[in-house]
Amino acid sequence: MTSATPRPTAAANPATAHAPRPKPTPPTGTPVRVTGAQSLVRSLEAVGAEVVFGIPGGTILPAYDPLLDSTKVRHVLVRHEQGAGHAATGYAQATGKVGVCMATSGPGATNLVTPLADANMDSVPVVAITGQQSRALIGTDAFQEADICGITMPVTKHNFLVTDPIDIPRTIAEAFHLAKTGRPGPVLVDIPKDVLQETTSFTWPPELRLPGYRPTTRPHGKQVREAAKLIRAAKRPVLYVGGGVIKADASAELLALAELTGIPVVTTLMARGAFPDSHKQNLGMPGMHGTVPAVGAMQRSDLLIALGARFDDRVTGTLSSFAPDAQVVHADIDPAEISKNRRADVPIVGDCKEIITELIAAVQAEAEPAADLAPWWATLDEWRRTFPLGYEWPDDGTLSPQYVIERIGAIAGPEAVYTAGVGQHQMWAAQHVRYENPRTWLNSGGLGTMGYAVPAAMGAKFGRPEAVVWAIDGDGCFQMTNQELATCAIEGAPIKVAVINNGNLGMVRQWQNLFYSERYSQTDLGTHKHRIPDFTLLAEALGCAGLRCETKEDVDSVIQRAMEINDRPVVIDFVVGADAQVWPMVAAGTGNSEIMAARGIRPLFDEV
Amino acid sequence: MTTHTLSVLVENKPGVLARVAGLFSRRGFNIESLAVGLTENPEISRMTIVVAVDELPLEQVTKQLNKLVNVIKIVELEQPAAVQRELLLVKVRADATVRSQVLETVQLFRAKVVDVSPEALTIEATGNRDKIEALLRMLEPYGVREMVQSGMVAIGRGPRSITATAVR
Repeated sequence: MTSATPRPTAAANPATAHAPRPKPTPPTGTPVRVTGAQSLVRSLEAVGAEVVFGIPGGTILPAYDPLLDSTKVRHVLVRHEQGAGHAATGYAQATGKVGVCMATSGPGATNLVTPLADANMDSVPVVAITGQQSRALIGTDAFQEADICGITMPVTKHNFLVTDPIDIPRTIAEAFHLAKTGRPGPVLVDIPKDVLQETTSFTWPPELRLPGYRPTTRPHGKQVREAAKLIRAAKRPVLYVGGGVIKADASAELLALAELTGIPVVTTLMARGAFPDSHKQNLGMPGMHGTVPAVGAMQRSDLLIALGARFDDRVTGTLSSFAPDAQVVHADIDPAEISKNRRADVPIVGDCKEIITELIAAVQAEAEPAADLAPWWATLDEWRRTFPLGYEWPDDGTLSPQYVIERIGAIAGPEAVYTAGVGQHQMWAAQHVRYENPRTWLNSGGLGTMGYAVPAAMGAKFGRPEAVVWAIDGDGCFQMTNQELATCAIEGAPIKVAVINNGNLGMVRQWQNLFYSERYSQTDLGTHKHRIPDFTLLAEALGCAGLRCETKEDVDSVIQRAMEINDRPVVIDFVVGADAQVWPMVAAGTGNSEIMAARGIRPLFDEV
Repeated sequence: MTTHTLSVLVENKPGVLARVAGLFSRRGFNIESLAVGLTENPEISRMTIVVAVDELPLEQVTKQLNKLVNVIKIVELEQPAAVQRELLLVKVRADATVRSQVLETVQLFRAKVVDVSPEALTIEATGNRDKIEALLRMLEPYGVREMVQSGMVAIGRGPRSITATAVR
């Protein structure tokens, strides 16, 4: 599959047609006289930033002047700062590099709060650079002044207010270091306008000064051996794999450990793709909308080996009744996650790649023969046979949303990158697309940010221009951030958007159907009834190709057509039934043993 | 719930107190007392935080505090192995009729009179929490007009220093 590169030619885009002035690079370590703004851009170049998503404004204006001359840093002019933040996140999740976004002070900066909180919950390395009012005006309620460091303190890994231009290189270097090492996360750097304007000197590389930051990456040998002992002895073990495995680039090591031990694997929402879906040991996703075998395996397990996972409430259900018989080996780079929700019998702090590598060696070195897992697999296979992941076609003859998503996955294949918004379509995309590779499934797991899909897909496309990028979105989510399609069209990011249009805020409607006596309060968006907006016309207006599909027969052909359009983004309005629901489901506030495989069908794990 | 005293070494930078206080409030932990000051190293400040939590949440508090980039080191200072002190300034109604009785109490507690006026005495006292509370109980009958207390500060006994190895 070939696709157009998102970097447009100068001829195609007059906005970038100016000839970049070549700039002599000073020898390393020699101080150069520059403005704070030049120091910022040079620092971004030096630290390896390739793409910056942002919008200029009053206080960040000085930074945009040297940015015009940079040949190394490409700026993508987005339409809303939230789009910049999610694009940086999508870029980071698809590539493993640090995503960068930029905004002006006040409303520009506050519009970044949602994507920063999102990146914080999902541990995504993002650096946000914001303009701030000049130093003398800080604290005077000046125009477009907001205490963005104060505001983002609880939703970032760390943030900085730069008060002296001499500190710019060091602060940028520290911000990138903090964002990508240890448990990754977002870091914000707030720079007053006069700090950007002042003359200063630029030296690279700067010396980092982070005396309180020493993440542990090497696991403790004794703990690893202890874990290996439990792994060998366990009769009903489960590898509970979280997003940390993807962040640590440890998929190959995980595959080796799983195949060495023969232990079943469950991949959380953040870990879809960490372990191939086609692998016979993969039981699928655990949690509220997880598969019956994955949820059941954890419930009946005698040993959970948690790797880069955090025992989130959406995975555990009611904590007190979660996996009652299981001992827990908990491996994570963040010591604060260990024993936060569920007490760990063997805690291992470190980087998942190093931990799994050492675990493999330790398991191989165990003298005791491994317990026989055949009876465990017999139980699991029985569940797989009885409760496969599936869906029913709607009675009213409308299109099945699950079918649409399944076909997108089948046609675009496992090399494509998929993003999703939040809600029913997200869960179906997690369930019905088969993921074979890490960094191919990007979604807002922790914060649950509606509107994530389109800007994240844009970011992913800039990070991996050769890949086909599909945003699987809902009609509610799509209406929150679709303005970034204009960015995609103009800046050359031909993403593909599937709007799973059920006319409603589908997940909320599902809960109203199940728990609020079918009283549908404020969930009908009118996208079916009034066809407002008309998504195909909206797509055309935003410079995209707009397609529509309403019948099963057309699904494959319309997806194929979308796959063939590579000179601009494509939006497909899939008009699907409003009543389709996400199953299996563990209702909020109940235990995982009460999972419903489908409406009215409850597996009884104890009888197996 | 038991009371724990944490000595927290932090970088002496603006906003660090807000980070620490914000962390306690958003994670749902209550600070009973907090005192901040410089150390022998001008780049390091030291916070003494008294928090009432059980053992398990205490572990969470410590781990979450450690995640703050500006936090360098955390040590729990337990009672017998540490000296704990609070400072009290209290203005007591003390006219000529009761002044000598008040002064006697001051002497019993090895406190000091730092200001005198015809109707009142201002007393300075340092000590652990029990001593300060006992002194206040003795002074209350005379009429406490105003008082102010510092947070607790604490330091470990013996020759070892928690700041010596903090910055490498």
